[in-house]
Amino acid sequence: MQPESDNTQYAIETRVLSIFYGPFEAVKEVDLKIEKQKITAIIGPSGCGKSTLLRAFNRMNDFVPISRVSGEILMHGTNLYSKDIDPVEVRRRIGMVFQKPNPFPKSIYDNIAWGARINGFRGNMDDLVEHSLRNAALWDEVKDKLKESAYALSGGQQQRLCIARTIAIQPEIILMDEPASALDPISTLRIEELMQELKKNYTIIIVTHNMQQAARVSDYTAMMMLYGETRSGTVIEYDDTKKIFTNPKDKRTEDYVTGRFG
Amino acid sequence: MAKYTYPEKQDLQKFVAWRYRKAWIWQGVFLLSLLIAIVSLSALLLNVADGAFGYVAYEFKKDPSTISEKPIEELNQEELIALLQANLSKGAYNKLNDEKTMEKRGEGELYGLVLERIIQVDTKETYSLFDSLFRKAEIEAEVAEKFPEARLEFRYWLAPDFLTTPMSSKAEFAGVRTAVLGSIWLVAIAVGLALPVGVGAAIYLQEYARKSFINNLIQTNINNLAGVPSIVYGMLGLAIFVRAFETFTSGAMFGVTDTNGRTIMSAGLTMGILVLPLVIINAQEAIKAVPDSIRQAAFGVGATRWQTVWSHVLPNALPGILTGSILAMSRAVGETAPLIIIGASTFISIDPSGPFSKFTALPIQIYQWTSRAQSEFHNIAAAAIIVLLLLLLTMNATAILLRNRFQRRY
Repeated sequence: MQPESDNTQYAIETRVLSIFYGPFEAVKEVDLKIEKQKITAIIGPSGCGKSTLLRAFNRMNDFVPISRVSGEILMHGTNLYSKDIDPVEVRRRIGMVFQKPNPFPKSIYDNIAWGARINGFRGNMDDLVEHSLRNAALWDEVKDKLKESAYALSGGQQQRLCIARTIAIQPEIILMDEPASALDPISTLRIEELMQELKKNYTIIIVTHNMQQAARVSDYTAMMMLYGETRSGTVIEYDDTKKIFTNPKDKRTEDYVTGRFG
Repeated sequence: MAKYTYPEKQDLQKFVAWRYRKAWIWQGVFLLSLLIAIVSLSALLLNVADGAFGYVAYEFKKDPSTISEKPIEELNQEELIALLQANLSKGAYNKLNDEKTMEKRGEGELYGLVLERIIQVDTKETYSLFDSLFRKAEIEAEVAEKFPEARLEFRYWLAPDFLTTPMSSKAEFAGVRTAVLGSIWLVAIAVGLALPVGVGAAIYLQEYARKSFINNLIQTNINNLAGVPSIVYGMLGLAIFVRAFETFTSGAMFGVTDTNGRTIMSAGLTMGILVLPLVIINAQEAIKAVPDSIRQAAFGVGATRWQTVWSHVLPNALPGILTGSILAMSRAVGETAPLIIIGASTFISIDPSGPFSKFTALPIQIYQWTSRAQSEFHNIAAAAIIVLLLLLLTMNATAILLRNRFQRRY
């Protein structure tokens, strides 16, 4: 289960990663190696554990009290779930963009500055805010109203603000949990274009329900599906996006991506 | 399909008409409930207003013209002081002078003293507002017959003076100043205790506590404590604050020597404990209303739980917390039973000077006045009730304003 590529440098990889909610094994034995500075899409039917898997990368599942993890997630050779790793530190290195735009109820400026400030940023905050907004392709639209509430922005702008907020703390990896599912097609397109820009500097993992989106934006695709008697989600195929969509090895993947199933 | 039929044609018409009739009856029941509520509330307000204004028949024990050539209303400060000096015994004058130096008292206050101490108003009869408005002639006739010497005057028992004069043993000269100040002190101390402790507990329960048997038990108990009768809190306050912590609550610890444990401090702390469950529950609701997406966003940029709570949860929950706290405070203002148990003074004419003074509060004053036999005390009780209601109304209005002003849409 690894993309056919001779690049051996991975941004992050999972080893027999299983995620449990109480006794239920939601995600079963996933081995994924995520390429650096590429976009990896995770697709699959509803309830197959895509978001659970994504949230395991930056330990957001820790907030579900009954959740438990076995196996490893390795970043630079360190297991993110080992005892001496602080989840707060993990989340600085691995940022996250959520399904529904969730800016802070503060000004546009503070939305970006707050994350930087609490992470101990020492430098010119104005520059950082401008830089982050430019990289999120939002600067031109908001440069004259930085002090206004982020809630005055449109949904698409809010989502780009959330992306700007994430890149302001300079993570290595950005997780995106269906970042465009609450947006109209034009805003979706802008987010997708932005992702292509961002992958020059960041590794992106995106969960999406929209198969055209996965085919359009991603370099690699992991196909997840419920599996076995326990109905646990697992990755059944992981390959170049082109291959997944044109010549999948697994019959179930083929059925799913061609719309015959799922 | 024949098994599954609905009424058709005429049956349908009848059926629809029947449904409308049923709905109409229910609507009538609801309207009736509303009317009953409105009527009871109006009755309450009218009843209070009825007592707070009305005609008074009174006599002067000493004719003003015998002590002063000018009408006493026109005397200035110096003349009034001279008048007091001339007509009061030396002891009585010195006592008044000790309480507050004569020269520092305004003309209004001195005039009141002259009326109270020298001329001595003797209220013969008071009339309710309705009688005064609609039976004026009868009242005049009755007074002329029964009290030929008496003057008849329409009196506003609730007047600006009523708020600024301290307690007096004569209803005509009594005010609620001491009681209002006592109530303010009380609420201030209750807020000082209940707000930080309550909000802290709410933050812990909402943001930190995991679901466990013990935490569920604590939560259930807090909810139940909010419904415990206030007199039980009074017993608690008596046992703990008045008795056990007497050295603290009497101020002995801080060098105050002239009181026992029945002080503002004891009462304020008891009220604080009384409203604590309410503050906790309200603050919890406010914190719960902060959407999880904001917490996730904060955690997502690498915030610790405390940073998330401090920068996002608390600021967004603050209007709700304040609203809930003000409502809890207005409960504290109106509570009577615990104060009676703790032993608020029923007659006290000196303003409370600090947390370790003896005190009285508005509800205590009302309770005490309504239990007096003379009808004029019932009139000032009605006036004091209006003061209390206005105070409560102001606090609740502030709560609503805060809520509307800061309400956030996420």
